[in-house]
Amino acid sequence: MATYCFIIILTAPLVALAGVLLLRRPRIAEYLNLLASIAVFAAAVPLPFLVQTPLFFWHDYLFMDAFGCWVALCTAVVYLLASIYAVGYMRLLNEDKKLPGFYALFAGFAWSMLFAAFVNNAGVFWIAIELTTLVSTFLVGFEREAESMEAAWKYIIVVSAGISIALLGTVLFYWCGSLVLGPSYAMTWQTLAQAAPHLNPMLLKLAFLLVLAGYGTKVGLAPMHTWLPDAHSEGPAPVSAMLSGALLNTAMLGIGRYLAITNAAGIGWLPRTALVVLGILSVFVGTFFIVRQEGVKRLMAYSSVEHMGILALGFGFGGVLGIAGALYHMLNHSLNKSLMFFGAGNVMRRYGTKEMPAIRRVLREFPVSGLLWLAGAVAITGAPPFGLFLSEFTILRAGFSGPNLWAAVVMLVLLIIIFIGFLNHFRGMYFDKRPETVPQGATISAWGVVPMWLAVIPLLILGLWWPHGLTQIFGGIARMLTGAVS
Amino acid sequence: MLAAHLDPLAASIFSLIAITSMLLSFVMLGSRWLKDYMYAFGIQSWLIALLSALVGYYGHYPELYLIAIFTVLFRGLLLPYLVLRILRRLHVERELHLVVQPSTSLIIGAICVIFALVVAFRISVAIGFPENIVVLALTVMFTMKLVGFLMLSVRHEAISQILGLMLLENGIFLGSQILIPGMPMLIELVVLFDLLVAVACFGVLVRYLLARVGSTSSLELRRLIG
Repeated sequence: MATYCFIIILTAPLVALAGVLLLRRPRIAEYLNLLASIAVFAAAVPLPFLVQTPLFFWHDYLFMDAFGCWVALCTAVVYLLASIYAVGYMRLLNEDKKLPGFYALFAGFAWSMLFAAFVNNAGVFWIAIELTTLVSTFLVGFEREAESMEAAWKYIIVVSAGISIALLGTVLFYWCGSLVLGPSYAMTWQTLAQAAPHLNPMLLKLAFLLVLAGYGTKVGLAPMHTWLPDAHSEGPAPVSAMLSGALLNTAMLGIGRYLAITNAAGIGWLPRTALVVLGILSVFVGTFFIVRQEGVKRLMAYSSVEHMGILALGFGFGGVLGIAGALYHMLNHSLNKSLMFFGAGNVMRRYGTKEMPAIRRVLREFPVSGLLWLAGAVAITGAPPFGLFLSEFTILRAGFSGPNLWAAVVMLVLLIIIFIGFLNHFRGMYFDKRPETVPQGATISAWGVVPMWLAVIPLLILGLWWPHGLTQIFGGIARMLTGAVS
Repeated sequence: MLAAHLDPLAASIFSLIAITSMLLSFVMLGSRWLKDYMYAFGIQSWLIALLSALVGYYGHYPELYLIAIFTVLFRGLLLPYLVLRILRRLHVERELHLVVQPSTSLIIGAICVIFALVVAFRISVAIGFPENIVVLALTVMFTMKLVGFLMLSVRHEAISQILGLMLLENGIFLGSQILIPGMPMLIELVVLFDLLVAVACFGVLVRYLLARVGSTSSLELRRLIG
């Protein structure tokens, strides 16, 4: 059963990609991609519940474990929502000729992220992450304005340079292992974790820090986040949602896997502290750019920096609570950030601008979806009764019971500032009266509103009720990451 | 580990290649002519290919011959050709806006070498392999990494940035072939992937030029701030 799901997840996007490229018809491309995303979603939902012990495929190069399945589930959720949204949004751009290319890249991007979640080899994982960059660069630069090209250029240069640090770290990990395991071995996560207690701790620490800096660039942890606001604000809205809701999690998965190795080696203190420091720095940077932000999509982008910081804090605080909170946060953030980018995309199309001071009286334009967007804004700042409140609260509890109490206190203060700053922008957009111009932009079809409902309802449910089955899954992942059983 | 029991002749040849590659990265750092960067990069790639072949010969890793051929084809021939073509089309010959003078950047580069040497020495002592060739491989690997980042940050022409990126990875290739020749499958794939990165960079670059004809300097990329 799990094997069939696995096959569906890794083939559906490829089939869609091939179909889109062969037929080259914009309408068919939309629906092919949508079908693929539905198939992937249907296959990914049961996976975390089905996979108790890891399953291996293709000479151990691919595998399914609970952690990978969870990240794949988050990716699948965003892929589905973004594919629905893309149908309506991309039609508004009036560039039907370029649509097949867009959907081919879109499906390819989704595939590369799903693939990365199931890779069982540190080197191939690096390649998978590099692949996500290559594909998404062209999605970021899709609109071919001067700004999108600038964003795409910065994205590929900054991220490739960052990822090359991760390659250095990977090479050092391999070298470290080769001193124990012999010159040639398969660099699977399991081999490394089993050999970890015998590896040289100093080299291991150096290698981990390099990997953290490298994949941290891709996660968007400050101070390596500089590509993120540009890429997220200049790509089309569905692409922004995919970048923020899915790609960042996938890169975080890599850091988590290496964290498991250092924990197994018994040198977990330095890596965890490094994660906590980077996490606090990211939340800090996110806070201050959120407070004085003018661009509506850049606001969402800096909020992603903040939430990736919170994820890093969750993994850094460690323990079952911290890791469970971080994993829960991944799903909540994926749902919520998709919702926010969809709302931002709708508003941008209607008002014809990205600048928040020019966006006023949103509720008059969007009586229903405006309310959903507002609910999303309340949710993303971590207010109850939405999912992010629960996950942030769990991470904070982990922080208060751990050795990094200072970080938990700083995080709490910054979260309060973000709450005020973020909602102040929304107060302006919703209730300020000043410029009374009537927007001339496009009308948003149901394609642009349905995915917002599909995001906000689970978000509310996850905030009110922590599903019992998840506790077990998170417990299993936490045991794996903290090195109790590998 | 191969480096631990290497005959003296091989060790000296490896060292010679490593040091020459490092010096070539200083040629890139010290010049302001884009063509010089390109030639230095090309020669460096040929040297690394030679190193792969030699490591393959001395360490009995036949796969490394294949990698040597790939390296020569992609990094030694195809990339320089693409860069030359773009240079000709853009009529950019040299860095116009230098943030840091070449002399200053050479000194910063020298400091990077010293830092890399200290780190490399400490690592090799910690793992109990204080052989010269291990220290040298690590030093060159870290140095080229640091010099690559230096080039990325003080040079603004798009071409220099692409070459800086490639320099980052050349350093890793060089070091990894001496330290871990047993990891060939991965390196092979990475070689191919680098080419893809480069091609993607060029693709973005050309599109970018279509959108805003004129400058390829990243100093002009300043619309997205804050």
